Amino acid sequence: MNFVRAHVLVCTGTGCSSAGADGIISAFEEQLKKNGLDEEVRVVKTGCLGLCAKGPNVVVYPEGVYYNYVSAEDVPEIVEEHLLKGRPVTRLIHGDAEDASKATNLTDTAFYKDQVRIALRNCGVINPEDIDEYIAYDGYAALAKVLTEMTPQQVIDEIKASGLKGRGGAGFPTGLKWQFAANSPGPVKYACCNADEGDPGAFMDRSVLEGDPHSVLEAMTIAGYAIGATEGYIYVRAEYPIAVERLKKALEQSHEYGFLGKNIFGTDFSFDIGIRLGSGAFVCGEETALMVSIEGKRGEPRCRPPYPAVKGLFGKPTILNNVETYANVCWIINHGAEAYAALGTEGSKGTKVFALGGKINNTGLVEIPMGTPLRQIIEEIGGGVPNGKKFKAVQTGGPSGACIPASQIDVPIDYENLTRIGAMMGSGGMIVLDEDDCMVDIAKFFLQFTVDESCGKCSPCRIGIKRMYDILDRITAGQGTLEDLDTLEELAAHIKGNALCGLGQTAPNPVLSTLKNFKDEYVAHVVEKRCPAGSCKALLNYTIDPAKCKGCSACSRVCPADAISGVVRSPFVIDQSKCIKCGSCMEKCKFGAISKG
Amino acid sequence: MKSLEELKALREQMQSKMNVRKDDNETIRVVVGMATCGIAAGARPVLNAFMEEVNKRGLKNVQVTQTGCIGVCRLEPIVEVFVPGQEKVTYVKMNAEKVPAIVAQHIVNKQVVTDYTIGAAE
Ligand SMILES: Cc1cc2nc3c(=O)[nH]c(=O)nc-3n(C[C@H](O)[C@H](O)[C@H](O)COP(=O)(O)O)c2cc1C
Ligand code: SF4
Ligand code: SF4
Ligand code: SF4
Ligand code: FES
Ligand code: FES
Repeated sequence: MNFVRAHVLVCTGTGCSSAGADGIISAFEEQLKKNGLDEEVRVVKTGCLGLCAKGPNVVVYPEGVYYNYVSAEDVPEIVEEHLLKGRPVTRLIHGDAEDASKATNLTDTAFYKDQVRIALRNCGVINPEDIDEYIAYDGYAALAKVLTEMTPQQVIDEIKASGLKGRGGAGFPTGLKWQFAANSPGPVKYACCNADEGDPGAFMDRSVLEGDPHSVLEAMTIAGYAIGATEGYIYVRAEYPIAVERLKKALEQSHEYGFLGKNIFGTDFSFDIGIRLGSGAFVCGEETALMVSIEGKRGEPRCRPPYPAVKGLFGKPTILNNVETYANVCWIINHGAEAYAALGTEGSKGTKVFALGGKINNTGLVEIPMGTPLRQIIEEIGGGVPNGKKFKAVQTGGPSGACIPASQIDVPIDYENLTRIGAMMGSGGMIVLDEDDCMVDIAKFFLQFTVDESCGKCSPCRIGIKRMYDILDRITAGQGTLEDLDTLEELAAHIKGNALCGLGQTAPNPVLSTLKNFKDEYVAHVVEKRCPAGSCKALLNYTIDPAKCKGCSACSRVCPADAISGVVRSPFVIDQSKCIKCGSCMEKCKFGAISKG
Repeated sequence: MKSLEELKALREQMQSKMNVRKDDNETIRVVVGMATCGIAAGARPVLNAFMEEVNKRGLKNVQVTQTGCIGVCRLEPIVEVFVPGQEKVTYVKMNAEKVPAIVAQHIVNKQVVTDYTIGAAE
């Protein structure tokens, strides 16, 4: 065995893979060989590092130097300069550090330094395809401890004491859920994992599965032991090919090592896990729909009770937990419930992973302690809103969620505070909106999504949400009335109260919360026929200010609709009946004579 | 895998292989100046000798790494040794023959090899 003095970790998550990570790996292997370094420097595949938008991402250890936007052409320079001569390639180093000229350690960057990584602890740290690396980072130690030192009830008590709540959206206490299932009598039970992740923009669960699949398998096995199950299923969407492939590999390795199968660690506990692929219907993420889908039937929700803990998969007591929920479990067993409960707030313990997107400099995956103020997420970790625009709101919780307006930027993010201000945690999507985003249009976007995804089983959802959508469509087209706003609220209340499943019950949330926080924007649309954000095209007028226009004709030359006319050196005018609102003229005018509104 | 002991043994074996990725305050770091002048002065065999020696002794918690210019070209090859809780020690005019002594005395037994240090050279 040779002494290996450096590891080059190349992210092979979905983001970096699509940006060309495979080519980077082969380039490193080739260049290391060429420089005679291939024995002393190892290239390692790893999972998502969080800043996917800046990928392909590479970290070089032992220094922990974090490179962004690496291309195959950069690799010879990294090998010769950094790995041979010890001079990190500063132009590729992640730039948000105070002093980018010095070789910054990953953990010193503004993006990382306030994060606390528990669910993501191994993502971007280990090779997800190598069970030995997982073991080096305490992998399967929790399972060993549980099976050899703890009773099922002690496991449940530990999870209860940690305060862990379900990360899939509803926030139900995980220990309590396990207790219900443990209390349900019967020899056959199931411990399942929800990896359907249907929220547009969310990719927390995908990243965990891609970066640390064993942590989910291990936690499911622990859950199985706790409730008395011998089998489990992971329901994962087929659109996550890398995650599915890594899960399959992990299952294989785990069997080989005897962490799954019969008589685990020589005890009389046996457990096995199967993978089921979902075809990407949002409603199949709902627990009852998910279970009938695993059974091979059409994924439609059913009434609860009975709850899955009593009558779930194949009619047997079942628990279903989200990927991120499971990703916390082994850490809690290894470090103790107290250590977990020491993080977070009174009612919300531990950390939460968010997929930060929209108008923010650092789009990506972040894990922060519960109770972190929104301002810190946006301004520090997220690096602020780009192009000097004004922060307007964040939308959390996707199509079931709500928005937090800028006036609430100091709110500490936890379950209780978000509920108090009428927002919600959801599964962790966090979309940042700036002054150019129209809140009516955002609400419409999410309703469009739920209309498309409604299974159609119950009419409040099938018909009601479509009606709400139609109203929003009218409003953004400048044909809404003030009565429409009342109708929206009335419909919303009815749908929330009568829809069969969570999809319908929560679908009105984006509308209600924008109506509550941005009523003036709705009113501007219906009364003044104006979109304050300048985003609803039907309500936009581009006009030339004759006092500022120099008559240079630049605008009329770019107009694709021939809508601008005039005589050179005197003010030009836009023919509103011809204008298609493309905005080209405004961009072109050097004198700021054209405005929209 | 049938027992806790087996798992523990594998974990320890793997941990020593993954030492490179560790960022804690138990790790001893040996840093060799490998800028152009360092390489010209013979830093490469020194780096190799450190890797060989650490490997031969199966030392855990030791990182051997390279850095750029340390700043005193005339004393190259230069090696800095960081033992947690102790001041940095700078060895100068290094060659491969000096390495085993530094590993044995300084890294294993925490006794600085004063003769080879920058203080002795100045
Ligand atoms: C329409 C709908 C879609 C859902 N999609 C998901 C999903 O993709 N992933 C998930 O974990 N939970 C999803 N849920 C929540 C699940 O029904 C369930 O509450 C969750 O998986 C329980 O796990 P937890 O307690 O660990 O959060 C969805 C719920 C609804 C109503
Ligand atoms: S609320 Fe919507 S998705 Fe849920 S059962 Fe009814 S129609 Fe189907
Ligand atoms: S580009 Fe501006 S200044 Fe020139 S004609 Fe058009 S509006 Fe007037
Ligand atoms: S917005 Fe587009 S279509 Fe309208 S006047 Fe300007 S360039 Fe022409
Ligand atoms: S996929 Fe590479 S950083 Fe997320
Ligand atoms: S280049 Fe060798 S010390 Fe500066």
